[in-house]
Amino acid sequence: MPNYAYIVLIPLLPLAGFVVLGLFGRRYFRRFSGIIGTALGLVAAGLALWVAYGYFFDWGKLNGAYRPIIATDVPWLTFSSGLSIDMSIVLDPISVMMIVVVTFVSLMVHIFSLGYMKGEERFATYYAFLGLFTFSMLGLVLSGNLFETYIFWELVGCSSFLLIGYYYDRPTAVAAAKKAFIVTRFADLGFLIGILILSFHAETLDIRTLIHRLAEPGPQLTSITTASFLGISALSWGLILVFVGGAGKSALFPLHIWLPDAMEGPTPVSALIHAATMVVAGVYLVARLYPVYVYAGPAVLQVVLYVGAVSAFLAAIIACTQTDIKRVLAYSTMSQIGYMMFALGTWRPDGEAAGLGYTASMFHLFTHAFFKALLFLCAGVIIHRVHSNEMKDMGGLRKLLPLTHICFLVGCLAIAGIPPFSGFFSKEDILLAAWHANKLVYGIGLFTSGLTAFYMFKLYFSIFWGRPVQDAGGHHGEAPMTLKIPLVILALGAIFAGWVPFSRLVTYNGLPQESHGIGVFAIAPVTLAIIGVLIAGYLYRRESGRPARAAAAMGGLYRVAYHKFYIDEVYSFITKKIIFNFIGRPAAWIDRNIVDGLMNLLATVIARISAGIKGVQSGRVQDYVLYFFAGIAGLAVLFIYIYT
Amino acid sequence: MSQVPLSHILIVSTALFFIGMYGLFTRRNMITMLMSVELILNSVNINFVAFNKYLYPAQLEGVFFTLFIIAIAAAEAAVAIAIFINLYRNFHSIDVEGTGEMKF
Repeated sequence: MPNYAYIVLIPLLPLAGFVVLGLFGRRYFRRFSGIIGTALGLVAAGLALWVAYGYFFDWGKLNGAYRPIIATDVPWLTFSSGLSIDMSIVLDPISVMMIVVVTFVSLMVHIFSLGYMKGEERFATYYAFLGLFTFSMLGLVLSGNLFETYIFWELVGCSSFLLIGYYYDRPTAVAAAKKAFIVTRFADLGFLIGILILSFHAETLDIRTLIHRLAEPGPQLTSITTASFLGISALSWGLILVFVGGAGKSALFPLHIWLPDAMEGPTPVSALIHAATMVVAGVYLVARLYPVYVYAGPAVLQVVLYVGAVSAFLAAIIACTQTDIKRVLAYSTMSQIGYMMFALGTWRPDGEAAGLGYTASMFHLFTHAFFKALLFLCAGVIIHRVHSNEMKDMGGLRKLLPLTHICFLVGCLAIAGIPPFSGFFSKEDILLAAWHANKLVYGIGLFTSGLTAFYMFKLYFSIFWGRPVQDAGGHHGEAPMTLKIPLVILALGAIFAGWVPFSRLVTYNGLPQESHGIGVFAIAPVTLAIIGVLIAGYLYRRESGRPARAAAAMGGLYRVAYHKFYIDEVYSFITKKIIFNFIGRPAAWIDRNIVDGLMNLLATVIARISAGIKGVQSGRVQDYVLYFFAGIAGLAVLFIYIYT
Repeated sequence: MSQVPLSHILIVSTALFFIGMYGLFTRRNMITMLMSVELILNSVNINFVAFNKYLYPAQLEGVFFTLFIIAIAAAEAAVAIAIFINLYRNFHSIDVEGTGEMKF
């Protein structure tokens, strides 16, 4: 049995960075804090790669199947012999894959931020927060206990809040941070209740035991399926609530409203948290409990399927109309996460496609992390250069930013699903899984992939082609090396990540699957993607009146999509008009008049009584003597009465 | 010589007690009030000694209790006189009527 204790170092190194930089960074090594954070990230990434190599190719297999390995298990809070919160680290294909993604993207963002955030007042604090986030995310993916997952889940939300609100002197950033926190908090409540339901019936918090008890016949399974509420079994309730938590974190419809606003944070943060890692936590969570979802029957997975599909589709439509490049990328993130989610929903109990969606979803998560981080970092370089987020301030940048141009193009091709870039392979798998499961969702996915190609290339052409804008000036050259290196590395990742034989490594049951060939099935999505690219090129390659005419032709649809389907307005209508008026105001009235009124009544009554009896305290000694003797006489009479 | 009956002694102590109480209620001068309190305490002492002597001649608890009461009375007198001195400094009198403003 090899010793896996060193794996603890992977999450603990960023934590050490957080503690050191958070406590001493600003005072003692302000200028080196970036280097320190990056060095720790580098070690963590190296370790993670080493672990992944070892797991997938050396010691991870048992009888040909990848087995989960518990690297550490420290009992932390023990309630009873069965129910305890342990701090454990579990290695299985998805967690190993995730630690590679998280540490790698985190390292890239650390390097990128060296140049991007240079000269910031709170440079050390920024790196401290990045360390906190990386630690929490690694803890989340490695945890083997449901409650431990929840703890790290909240820590991730907290560091996301801190980083969105990094520019705390901007009111919009503060509002965005609050919004992200409140919306995800609201969803996390669902997650918590889900955990409580599942663990109450399964009588454990350990994920492996829980899966074992809830995905195989036994007394616990009988208990959870017979208990029901509103005609839905407790198992379904628990799983749906856990999914709600995941949907909140993963910005799925209708809890996605925080994600576009979260772009107020620094761009590298958007790349790390709101594109590559944290927002896929919901997908990861469902994948973690996947056997339970599968065993619970198709109803819950149908919810997952349709929520994912609707999110993917809506977000793609909204992305077509947005003008802020980071918001376009945010909606495209939401759309891609929708893909991952509905891929998880495509479980078929029979046939060759069983478990295909699971692998496809994880594969897309993996490739998406590379190309979306790449796109965000490219956007960071562009924003760094033109000092604006708006597409109208950009144009013709391909001569000014040649390297960024290439990298952005790679990212766009990858996300659009053009072979042989990475997004093609994973999207292909997802669509195949959808084809086997549900033709409607397949259609939505196919159409969405066309839309994805369209809006990404709209972005690309608007930024790099068209009329060149006036150079903002003051810069020499494209960007510092620290900005370029991560771009190149991530671009290589975006090109080659698709060649990873994922179906052999990450599967539902740990057994390698035969990877299916890429055949005629790829024709439809690729054709649609190419059509999308051509339309985008036709409309946006040169300055013309075409986009405006197209928008006018769309009429109401364009306007509705531009306003993000008025979902924000619906939310503010519900909160401001309905909740505030019909719950908040009556509650305030009750508080002011009934709760406060009771207290005031009590105070008044006591004041009256004391005014009445305070005359007894007359200040005359002989009155007191009289009371004293009267009291004694009274007691004497009482005692005589009692004892005789 | 015949022994004095217990009842006689109790009559004396009761008389002493009520004299003390009367003084405590009617006197306005603090020192006389203190003297009245001492009378009450002494009536109690007499009771203790008498009961000890007549009912439990073999034991000494009553006598010891009397000693304690005398000690406490001395301490009480010291405290009371300290209060009188402060009272006199503030009101230029040790008449209890003058202390009426020490109310509520």
